[in-house]
Amino acid sequence: MRERVLIFGGLAVFLILFTYPLWHAAALGTQAKQPQLQLPAQAKECVAPLPYMRAAHMRLLIEWRENAVRQGVRQIHAANGKSYDASLTRTCLGECHTNKAEFCDRCHTYAGVSALYCWDCHNKPQLVAARRTP
Amino acid sequence: MKITRKDFLRLSGLSLLALAGGKAVRAVTDLAGASATAVAGSAKTVRWGMVIDLGKWRGQGTDKCIKACDAAHNIPQIPDPAREVKWIWEQPFETVFPSEQTDYTRQTYAGRPIPVMCNHCADPACVRVCPTGATWKREDGIVMMDWHRCIGCKYCVVACPYGARSFNFSDPVPYIAQVTPEFPTRSKGVVEKCNFCAERLAQGKQPVCVEACPDKSMIFGNLADPNSEIRQVLGSRFSIRRKPELGTQPNVFYIV
Amino acid sequence: MFMFEKALVGGRKYWIWIGILLALIFLGSLAYLRQATVGLVVTGLSHDVVWGLYISQFVFFIGLGASAVVVVLPYYLHDWKAFGKTTMMGEILGMCSVIVAMLFIFVSMGQPQRVLNVLLYPHPNSLIFWDLTVLSGYVLLNAVITVTLLGARHEGVPPPKWIKPVIMLSIPWAISIHTVTAFILSGLAARPFWLTPIMAPRFLVSAFSSGPALLIILILILRRLKVFDAGLEAVKKLALIVTYCMVINVFFVLMEVFTIFYSQIPSHKEHFEYLFFGLDGNYQLVPLMWLSVLLSLAALTLLLVPRWRTDTRLLTWACVLVFISLWLDKGFALLIGGFVPSPLGVVARYTPTLNEWTVAAGIWATGALMITVLYKIMLSIQEEQ
Repeated sequence: MRERVLIFGGLAVFLILFTYPLWHAAALGTQAKQPQLQLPAQAKECVAPLPYMRAAHMRLLIEWRENAVRQGVRQIHAANGKSYDASLTRTCLGECHTNKAEFCDRCHTYAGVSALYCWDCHNKPQLVAARRTP
Repeated sequence: MKITRKDFLRLSGLSLLALAGGKAVRAVTDLAGASATAVAGSAKTVRWGMVIDLGKWRGQGTDKCIKACDAAHNIPQIPDPAREVKWIWEQPFETVFPSEQTDYTRQTYAGRPIPVMCNHCADPACVRVCPTGATWKREDGIVMMDWHRCIGCKYCVVACPYGARSFNFSDPVPYIAQVTPEFPTRSKGVVEKCNFCAERLAQGKQPVCVEACPDKSMIFGNLADPNSEIRQVLGSRFSIRRKPELGTQPNVFYIV
Repeated sequence: MFMFEKALVGGRKYWIWIGILLALIFLGSLAYLRQATVGLVVTGLSHDVVWGLYISQFVFFIGLGASAVVVVLPYYLHDWKAFGKTTMMGEILGMCSVIVAMLFIFVSMGQPQRVLNVLLYPHPNSLIFWDLTVLSGYVLLNAVITVTLLGARHEGVPPPKWIKPVIMLSIPWAISIHTVTAFILSGLAARPFWLTPIMAPRFLVSAFSSGPALLIILILILRRLKVFDAGLEAVKKLALIVTYCMVINVFFVLMEVFTIFYSQIPSHKEHFEYLFFGLDGNYQLVPLMWLSVLLSLAALTLLLVPRWRTDTRLLTWACVLVFISLWLDKGFALLIGGFVPSPLGVVARYTPTLNEWTVAAGIWATGALMITVLYKIMLSIQEEQ
């Protein structure tokens, strides 16, 4: 009889601990809010439809990069009909998404994407200053 | 239907092998990019080459040409010479043309600084040994680097007879005084070298070192065009190349 | 199927040995973590010497991989019954040596997480592609052979018929691993020190000297611990193989010396001069080179006299001398000699750092751990009979 209490009690504790990620933030009202992106002021339309960019912008970047670096094709026709110079730093980051903290980081931090090494090489001056060894 | 655990495991293993085998076959047949890749928009044949006039080169390289390349391509200035990264630099004459030493020429050229860089050979040994295709030869003759694919095995550094390649032993960014955002920096663990300013050639410009060099001591052009300036120069003056006996067919010529 | 539980049973000395190995592996992992975070700047490598301790150990341990074929070939192809109890030991030792070699390649890479690029973007023009292929294939072959044979012995049944052709395949495959590894070096116009057709034959004979030398040492250790006796007949025959191959190895080196010094070609000569006499005030490798020569001559003296070769104590010494001499020769001489002087005439200095040695020690300990565990399983199954 006593074992039954211990067994079911233990199971209950286990279930509570196991589902901690699901109920903790909701109970305390500390869920991360939906990321609010600072859209670029200069450009009015994206190179591809929003759902595609949200889900697969990495694939677009790789395709454009392969074309530019390995095929030498630097003028690329995007899905929106326009033609762009395939340069991550000059075009993507230079003409549109100029602020990493207010655009790129918002979603990446929310989604916990941490293995990004793009900015190791495709630098913007403010990032470079942060990486200088004293 | 009864199936023993052994048979089930055997079946799963074979299925996994079949899946992996299919992927492997597809990877091998997708080898389209292994050989020289096309450069878009090139209607006529282009073979980029460079001529350096040693008579005009008086050691001003460190002042203008080399610094221009360093700045344009974010070359890290690493104080330890054992770990330096260099795309274009100067070497004493005896080390550039080791077979050209005699007791008679030593006075003229001995110790003279000669600019050296990747020779973008027609038959490059570095491309032959690269296991991933991170370095390859384009149709326009440029030996390119793909820093996303490089695994840092350094086989290309070993294979280059000219010492033209440098490995990044650590993160290069702290050693760059002023980053030029238009060109990416590289990460630790990859090999880099002169790229004949491929990104500028794509915009119809000349390489940075050629533009910055005074007195036209460097001439850059299309070797496949018989009417180009570089062909006129090579046709009228005597020129040598580095270690021609190795069969790499360098495309950087030196007028002595 | 893998019977790892048999490796969890052991006496005090066994667990102390395992503990030491695990400690070394732990330290090696920390050292590698530092290297992976900061970069290869923590090693002694430089612009002109881009391959050093790690690749030299890779080359040497590929050579040790021959310890399998040196007993498998005579036993299975020519019915040398004396090797009957050594084939399993040799196959395990050979397989673990190749795994250790592959680990050394991994830690030498600047972007190791991209290593799969070699398979995703295969380039058959590169010898590294072929090396990965033949080495992985060899480890797989030996793993299948070991698991199948040990499993059959454990069950008390004869091994399945299909294992015979697999064992036969492992013989030429074993020859290929040395050949391909030599080809990595011997096809480079930029490195005249390595550009010689005798590179692959040298790799093969030095492998057939160092591999069986280590196997002899392990057989004698197991005899001393009184846990396994592979038979003195096998030891005598292996000693004979080491002797002949060491003689041929020294002969091959003298062939190189003749061609280089008779032709007097500077680009070939200067590497030998650097190694044995020093160059431009750099004498780093001179003492190691002459030590290697001395040790190999001492080893040959012990091996060529039959009375001494058959004395297990002297034979152990001879094998240790062979091992160290070839470790110096195939490691530092062969590899560093190829980089100094550099194509631009730089006489670079190379000294492995403590970080490098620690990573290397971790990998050596990994190999020793694999061999210990697999030998324990093998011996437990042996005892069951």
